[in-house]
Amino acid sequence: MKLTYKHAIGAVVLLFGAAAPWLISGYELSLLGRFLALSILAMGIMLTWGEAGILSLGQGVFFGLGGYALAMHLKLEGLNLANGDMPDFMVWSGVSALPRLWYPFANGFFSLACVVIVPGAFAAMFSWLVFRRRVGGVYFALITQALALAFSTLVISQQAYTGGFNGLTDFSTLFGWDITSLGAARVIYWITLVLVVLAYMFLSWLLSSRFGVMLRATRDGENRVRFLGHDPVPYKVVAFSIAGTLAGIGGALFTLHSGVVSPALVGVVPSIEMVVWVAVGGRNILWGAIAGTLLVNFAKDQISSALPSLWLYGLGALFVLAVSFLPTGIAGLFQPDTAAERVVRRMLTRTKVRTAE
Amino acid sequence: MNATPAPILMMEHVTVDFDGFKALTDVSLSLSPCALRVLIGPNGAGKSTLCDTIIGRVRPSSGKITFKDEVITDLAEQEIVRRGICRKFQTPGVLPTLSVMENLLVSARKNRSFFRTFTTKVPAEERESAESILEKIGLTDRRDVIAADLAHGEKQWLEIGMVVATDADLLLLDEPTAGMGPQDTQRTAELILSLLGRHAVLVIDHDMSFVEALNGYVTVLHQGQILKEGSVAEIRADPEVTAVYLGRSDDDDAAAA
Ligand SMILES: Nc1ncnc2c1ncn2[C@@H]1O[C@H](COP(=O)(O)OP(=O)(O)OP(=O)(O)O)[C@@H](O)[C@H]1O
Ligand SMILES: [Mg+2]
Repeated sequence: MKLTYKHAIGAVVLLFGAAAPWLISGYELSLLGRFLALSILAMGIMLTWGEAGILSLGQGVFFGLGGYALAMHLKLEGLNLANGDMPDFMVWSGVSALPRLWYPFANGFFSLACVVIVPGAFAAMFSWLVFRRRVGGVYFALITQALALAFSTLVISQQAYTGGFNGLTDFSTLFGWDITSLGAARVIYWITLVLVVLAYMFLSWLLSSRFGVMLRATRDGENRVRFLGHDPVPYKVVAFSIAGTLAGIGGALFTLHSGVVSPALVGVVPSIEMVVWVAVGGRNILWGAIAGTLLVNFAKDQISSALPSLWLYGLGALFVLAVSFLPTGIAGLFQPDTAAERVVRRMLTRTKVRTAE
Repeated sequence: MNATPAPILMMEHVTVDFDGFKALTDVSLSLSPCALRVLIGPNGAGKSTLCDTIIGRVRPSSGKITFKDEVITDLAEQEIVRRGICRKFQTPGVLPTLSVMENLLVSARKNRSFFRTFTTKVPAEERESAESILEKIGLTDRRDVIAADLAHGEKQWLEIGMVVATDADLLLLDEPTAGMGPQDTQRTAELILSLLGRHAVLVIDHDMSFVEALNGYVTVLHQGQILKEGSVAEIRADPEVTAVYLGRSDDDDAAAA
């Protein structure tokens, strides 16, 4: 592999990233860690939206599945289940015995496996059912939005099993390791950083593979691809499933950082926010998804602490501005290939590229 | 004389109905392997619809289509293509954000299973075939240009290249010279003639000088029905064809321009 200035920039950014615990305050570190966790999810959106042309307004669901899968274990760890112990919120809701669904989550490894497998498998199943019927574009976006609404409503309504509106919180240990200490915060931060790098490397490879080319081909002209003898469905399903898995991993890490998972993070509005991060950062460039996530979330932290009511307007304005003036996002400004940008812009102004007349 | 070879494609009594409007009425057509067939007819005659029906984009309300002794009328589009039919669309159907080479490589994939795509390696055989097609369509020095940036004529050639790259036994070319000047049209005719040893080709076109350059067996379609079949000379001489089509072709071309 040839080393270029890009590798040099990457190395410097990584170095600062790794040294961040000594460079910034504990509060800032906890924000950075959370936002990096979110950026794993954002890279998944880049894959599906940017490269495959599949807009999902329901990534919060997969984020939530990952977050809850881990949080359920965190709530159970240290309890003596044989003794009839139950998580605090269940006791308050008057549940008589631990629900059967919860039992396997007493095992930390089972729980970690679920973080990866459940969102990915659910995303694969869901998208297969939809794409197989050739539903796409705006309709797919609407269906995913409905999914996000249904999921958050379900979680809120099942107070006794999910902690309802308050979600799951008040964790203490993971595999016997105290996750509330300052030292643990650093380790969790580094784990997050490593996973961001791994996700980045995996996706870079994937997008440069023939799979990546097929994915872009499908985005450009799903029918043309079909009339070249390829079935576009598996490419879209695999991409969506990978995005779901990444969202789940992001959700679990975010839960570790913030110490809480709740419906407020998985519904319609957060799912739309996730798309905005990628729109702002750049949906066709992998690092753009990370940059956009960090940028928008730090801005949100600043704005919403100063003027909480303003944030949603700001978010909307940001989305409109990014989509109309910067279709390839901030990262696009650094991309010398203006031809690709022009095409993406053209695609944005039409709901569907008609390559097959 | 040898017996005529078994047809590669047979359409039998195919009718296509668009909510009451019959775009094709009882059309029967058979194409021989490795041979050229030219399909002409005025605007709206149903030429593109005929291709759409073969390729599975439009489903006939009655009739049967057989390809290499297999009924393909109800197969999924990609399955029909995998049997060995590929089509060029009337409006160039290239993949706009992919480079010229990528467009050809997507088309040239021998094994179309998605499992095989988790690699950055392109099999040598596919790369070579793409390279040779690239040269044939004269886009060698444009290989890394994204398809959206090609001139209209280049897009037409790229799409012909893509169709050829699939190595299908039957190629359906819908107006491959639309928007081309006389010189490019001539080159396209040569390109198509060079394909005949290996592929059967069905060409749709309006341009009579192009049809004459191809000099293949001609089928004339009019209002969804086959009006006449014969050599270019026979078609030229036919009074009925002249009445519905040839006499007006100059006006049509002027209107289309
Ligand atoms: N999807 C459709 N729904 C309804 N009518 C259609 C559809 N597709 C084509 N038609 C009609 O069927 C007729 C035949 O159209 P077709 O495109 O096959 O003509 P053509 O011979 O290819 O014409 P041209 O030379 O203009 O390309 C036209 O009258 C057209 O309006
Ligand atoms: Mg037509």
